[in-house]
Amino acid sequence: MQQQITDPQKWMRQKTRISPIEIAFWLSVLAVPYIFFPNYLALANQIAATAIFCISLDLIIGYAGIISLGHAAFFGLGAYAAGILSQKGWGEPITGALFGAIFAGFGGWIVSFMIVRVQHLALLMITLGLGFLLVELANTLDWLTGGSDGLVGIDTWNLFGVFKFTFWGHTAYGYTLGATFLVFLLARRLVNSPFGLALETIRENPQRTTALGVPNRARLQKVFTISAAIAGLAGAILTQTTETVSLDSLGFQHSADIAVMLILGGTGRLYGAILGTIIFMVARDQLSGMNPQYWYFWIGLLLMIVVLFMPRGILGGLEKLMEKVRGL
Amino acid sequence: MNALETHNLNKSFGSLVVADDISLSLPKGARHALIGPNGAGKTTLINLMTGALTPDSGTVHLGDVDITGLESNERVKKGLGRTFQINTLFPKLTPLESTTMAICERMGVAGRWLSPLANQSDAIDEAFELLKQIGLADDCTKITTDLAYGQQRLLEIALALATKPQVLLLDEPAAGIPKSESAALFEAIAALPEEISVLFIEHDMNLVFTFASRITVLVQGKVLVEGTPDEIAHDPLVREVYLGGADHG
Ligand SMILES: Nc1ncnc2c1ncn2[C@@H]1O[C@H](COP(=O)(O)OP(=O)(O)OP(=O)(O)O)[C@@H](O)[C@H]1O
Ligand SMILES: [Mg+2]
Repeated sequence: MQQQITDPQKWMRQKTRISPIEIAFWLSVLAVPYIFFPNYLALANQIAATAIFCISLDLIIGYAGIISLGHAAFFGLGAYAAGILSQKGWGEPITGALFGAIFAGFGGWIVSFMIVRVQHLALLMITLGLGFLLVELANTLDWLTGGSDGLVGIDTWNLFGVFKFTFWGHTAYGYTLGATFLVFLLARRLVNSPFGLALETIRENPQRTTALGVPNRARLQKVFTISAAIAGLAGAILTQTTETVSLDSLGFQHSADIAVMLILGGTGRLYGAILGTIIFMVARDQLSGMNPQYWYFWIGLLLMIVVLFMPRGILGGLEKLMEKVRGL
Repeated sequence: MNALETHNLNKSFGSLVVADDISLSLPKGARHALIGPNGAGKTTLINLMTGALTPDSGTVHLGDVDITGLESNERVKKGLGRTFQINTLFPKLTPLESTTMAICERMGVAGRWLSPLANQSDAIDEAFELLKQIGLADDCTKITTDLAYGQQRLLEIALALATKPQVLLLDEPAAGIPKSESAALFEAIAALPEEISVLFIEHDMNLVFTFASRITVLVQGKVLVEGTPDEIAHDPLVREVYLGGADHG
């Protein structure tokens, strides 16, 4: 695996090269739902939006080491912002999605001042508390949010003024998947940038980064804000494509689910977030069709097995397997 | 003008006084050893200098600037570098990545999030050069935890050097490596550019007397005596409380 090198720049670049498997992956997530599962486009759309959300969580957990149990707060902020904007009469999807992202990013920036001051259990409690707080707030502001009935009256205009968001979900999936791909490219840029490396060093040893001159808090605040904005984008897009938002989108269950998806897929590798989302959501769709009340039994079991036997997640486990196979 | 000065530093942990009115000055280009028995407060003094700990009273000056109110990371930017007694590295990253990050930070580009790291060719090349000099080039793409212990000690120093310090504080750089290797490590330290002022903590008296131009002896948080190696070697107080009684040297 490791070899002596003479060209350090080449080595750095190699780590970030796009592989043929990746191209194949993106082509297949584009083609397979349209061609083979046209009846499942709504599910595919949900998965694509959730994958954006999961990538946002990977940026803070996997790369920066900020654990959060309340990230749905930002998903929800984006969702409500875009939903309310549309309800009040501006249904243009792309500007609406950006509005949701900026709104959530602003929320993330405010919260980041607290986040970077605490660690471990206190961090979990603050993020958890944030989620509780926002659910209650949204519930109380029912004149604005629709409260527990959810927000109604969302109307998303045609994409680029041309493509209508229909019941069949062709436009929706194209729109959401396009956003997923763009977010993925952005996240990939970020993690392969000097800033991305700085985040990893802070995750690995904040005491040392301080001794190297790194302003840890400022760096962490920045990634938290970016992550919150991306989470908000995911919420906005799901709202626009489904034309509903409910309090659940902000809630603890949603935060916990997205963390489970990330852990299942594997943290700190972006594709782990995507794979985890696909596995979780397809499994939920299939299993809860059979017997809904037992669905969390199976996800609990799967989670325990993965954490025990594949500490780097399913994707990490697969990579290890591939290495073994190649080594034979 | 001295490169680094402390004025009347005091620090207590509860009732334990670990820094007792410490005033110390490090001239430009110094090779200054800080010695003293275990628990004397040597590491604490470095932590007070770098800002990892806040003094109860007293000040720290870098050149003619009072840096007492600055955060640790800001002091680094002003030219104060350090290594740790116990390896304080990035376990899952490689020496090349670790060092490159330190250099990017120094160059002020570590906050860039939309341009690839691979484009920072100056930083990467400088990191590789530095690792070559220190003897880690062959293993610079191994994960840090896979490095031998002695190599990790070298990486400690490489990281500190990556910040281009004017003053370098070394907390037992040779701790835990065999005697046969520690001399080589100190040769590397002695070979540092003359204008860097070095303060190092070391228990091995042979190394101290070989490489230090001045020595401060710290006992129970207090400066017992300071002088040239010759003066320290013949100081009756030092012989009594430190060189004679202790098991070092
Ligand atoms: N954060 C802390 N809280 C309480 N006591 C501390 C703390 N840090 C250090 N001490 C105590 O302060 C004293 C001085 O510790 P310090 O690490 O500075 O000693 P040292 O001279 O570096 O010793 P050694 O040679 O073993 O490295 C010790 O008694 C230690 O237990
Ligand atoms: Mg010590």
